[in-house]
Amino acid sequence: MKLKADGTNPLNMNNPDGSNVRVMTSGVKFMKLAKPLLYRDGIWAFLMLLPNLLGFLMFVLLPVVATFVISFASWDLTSNFKFVGVDNYTHLLADETFHQVLWNTIYFTAVSVPIGIVISLFLANVLNQKLRFIRFYRAAFFIPVISSMVAVAVIWQWIYNPQYGLLNYALSWLGITGPTWLTSTKWAMIGIMITAIWKSLGFNMLIFLAGLQGISESYYEAAEIDGAKWYSKFWNITVPLLSPTTFFVTVMAIINSFQVFDTVYLMTQGGPARTTSVLVYYIYQNAFQYFQMGYASAIAYVLFFIVLMITLLQFWRQNRSNVY
Amino acid sequence: MKQPTWVKLAAHLFLIAGSAVMLFPFIWTIATSLKDLSEVFTYPPRFVGERLKFENYSAMIERFPFFRFSFNSLKITVIVTIVQLITSSMAGYVFARLRFRFREGLFGLYLATLMIPPQVTMIPNFILMKFYGLMDTHAALILPMLVSAFGTFLLRQFFITIPDSLEEAAKIDGCTPFGIYWRIFVPLSKPAMATLGIFIIMGTWNDFINPLIFLNSMDKMTLTLGLANMQGMYSTDWPSLMAATGLSVLPIIIVFLFAQDLFVRGVTLSGLKGE
Repeated sequence: MKLKADGTNPLNMNNPDGSNVRVMTSGVKFMKLAKPLLYRDGIWAFLMLLPNLLGFLMFVLLPVVATFVISFASWDLTSNFKFVGVDNYTHLLADETFHQVLWNTIYFTAVSVPIGIVISLFLANVLNQKLRFIRFYRAAFFIPVISSMVAVAVIWQWIYNPQYGLLNYALSWLGITGPTWLTSTKWAMIGIMITAIWKSLGFNMLIFLAGLQGISESYYEAAEIDGAKWYSKFWNITVPLLSPTTFFVTVMAIINSFQVFDTVYLMTQGGPARTTSVLVYYIYQNAFQYFQMGYASAIAYVLFFIVLMITLLQFWRQNRSNVY
Repeated sequence: MKQPTWVKLAAHLFLIAGSAVMLFPFIWTIATSLKDLSEVFTYPPRFVGERLKFENYSAMIERFPFFRFSFNSLKITVIVTIVQLITSSMAGYVFARLRFRFREGLFGLYLATLMIPPQVTMIPNFILMKFYGLMDTHAALILPMLVSAFGTFLLRQFFITIPDSLEEAAKIDGCTPFGIYWRIFVPLSKPAMATLGIFIIMGTWNDFINPLIFLNSMDKMTLTLGLANMQGMYSTDWPSLMAATGLSVLPIIIVFLFAQDLFVRGVTLSGLKGE
């Protein structure tokens, strides 16, 4: 049976080619018999789910459990597997590097997420009108999103070059002597933040744009009749009606920020003096450079716990926000 | 909403400035890739050199296995995308339509794993690959990506919106569940599959941490890992580096320009997930 291109069903009973007769008779035939093996849901469900389920068990479910188990052990991938109870977790409490790394991750999130969201919200509002060249603008903001972080990191390292980079050159026009950016303990993290905001702007903007297009024009028309100014329309209509989208974008951005890795690995390797080292970078170092699988797993579970809490916040909000 | 002309003008000016900030780093990349090495290190920076040195590209390709990396990335991306679309759509159909025991519980389990950060599964996957002797093979990258809970979820959500009436007729006509999936659900879900496909392509082509963990030898590397490695080796040869960087983003930008609406829908769809 082929479906027509327009999505209508060719098995329509009014089909003029007489196929309705065939449908009727075969239907009667099957109703009389007990359901043959070939038509049972259970068998097909098993067969069609099997490849997916195997992969899911092997590469998702089993690893999630395994990481949890390993987080209570000391293991360097050789035969010295030893359970150590909660030692890895208590070690985390005392590990100053971990504290610094956690703090860096929070710093990165707390600065880059709000700034990124304010800019992308503003951009979405500017784009949400009948403008020419809108496809061009949208593409321009989206190209950094689709580019690989490796490419972006190479490009931005050149931009941040203290002597020959574009950024410090542009700053010199304003009479500012730029910092050494990625090699400065104070500015390296800010450099990473700028790149991260630049890269994710288009993504957040598009989600905001979809949210804005869901707000009915009638609210704005009513406000216009009342003589409302643009800023009061923005504060009293756009902001409240967009708040579910804003909340969602914020939660997603926080989760993504907590998982930042590529940017840091490629641009600073966590340096200088660990000022840009973040949670996932520390997991990477422990697991794949120091081969401390137990300790790395414990940090991974701390990250999991943080992400879980933020996700639950989103669920809680969803259940509560039937207001709109 | 009618906007006065000055508002539109201001919007255009603002958007042009914004687009410049977004695109200039890429334009600068191309400009740098066409300069002589000596011209890169001049102050103040010059936009173009004496002459456009297109031979930087051929020199880069000679010294650096750029095509090998591209081929590896392409191979992995094509396999992962096709297989993941098949496994996700079959499982999505099963969860959306077929009745069997444990269905709700199993789907709940899939849903629950959506919030798990990939770093949590990374360590055991590494151990698993080491155990099976798959380190430094493409299989280590491909196998864990053949199945995705997100893809399964996305297509299941799409399939439950397809009206029952379509398959009722096919059932009466003697179609097996697989036949219904193949002849009704797959053709109807082309837009949803294309959207998911774009996500998979982007994620696989741009993946960095997995190649970093699993691959060592030069001839196995993907474009992202190869580029990162090249940066380590020729850290001051900016023209070559920029030539490779520019070429590495080109394919995905071309895909994007051809399928802009699909990308937009994909992002919007992932946004709707939370509402």
